[in-house]
Amino acid sequence: MSLYEWLLFLHVLAAFLLVAGLTAYGALVLGGDAARRALAPPAMALWNAGGLGVLVLGIWLALEVDAYELSDGWIIAAIVLWLVASGAGGRLARTLREGGPDKARVQLAVMSLATLALLIDMVFKPGA
Amino acid sequence: MYAIVRPDGWNFPLLVHVAGAMLLVGALVVVIAVTASALTRGGDAAVLTRLAFRGLLLGVIPSYVVMRAGAEWIASEESVGDPSWVGIGYATADGGLLLILIATGLAWRAARRGGRGGYARAVVALTALLIVAYGVAIWAMTSKPA
Repeated sequence: MSLYEWLLFLHVLAAFLLVAGLTAYGALVLGGDAARRALAPPAMALWNAGGLGVLVLGIWLALEVDAYELSDGWIIAAIVLWLVASGAGGRLARTLREGGPDKARVQLAVMSLATLALLIDMVFKPGA
Repeated sequence: MYAIVRPDGWNFPLLVHVAGAMLLVGALVVVIAVTASALTRGGDAAVLTRLAFRGLLLGVIPSYVVMRAGAEWIASEESVGDPSWVGIGYATADGGLLLILIATGLAWRAARRGGRGGYARAVVALTALLIVAYGVAIWAMTSKPA
């Protein structure tokens, strides 16, 4: 496998981890106390590992591929969406520690919408 | 290094396929986490195995349908033929469906029995196998060997 193929595989794998973390957060926010106790540690681990992975490997891919530049609009949009999703994820983790189910649902919705928009941006690459 | 060019008409089917696959793996991760937790938390076992069963029925199976429909759609758009990476995708998808259905039946039995014991352990084993198989599929889809 070439470096590009490794980077793409690991970048996509990280995106799967990110969505797995998001799905686990969804189940624990919408589920009861038992779901919260069972899912909080894996949700946070998957979301954080996936988030870090997509960012680092995505930037590395952008530097590796001649056709892409970090200044491309779709890459800047992806970084902004990543920041929105990560910010909401950090707030959700804090909300879950402190309680506040209504705020948690709003933060989960922001994370979900930003992640969906990130996926759409990655697939369609507008302007690339 | 590479110029990654894909016809615009392939983007939406690809989005459906990838989004379905991501939700499928995410739902499997939830199922394995709650079922494994049920095996170690006596008090919560019944609740957690019911959640695992609902996760398989309402999360994994619908996501599988979206992933598989997206796969057929993008394959027909691309006229991709039958290279080995497509074969790996079909094998993991079709073999995976059988394992998903078995795991769903086992999770139902585990939920009815209060969540502990052999059925729950079998659900953990099957979902772990599915996650590994889909990891191989992700590798095949991204690196496209042969």
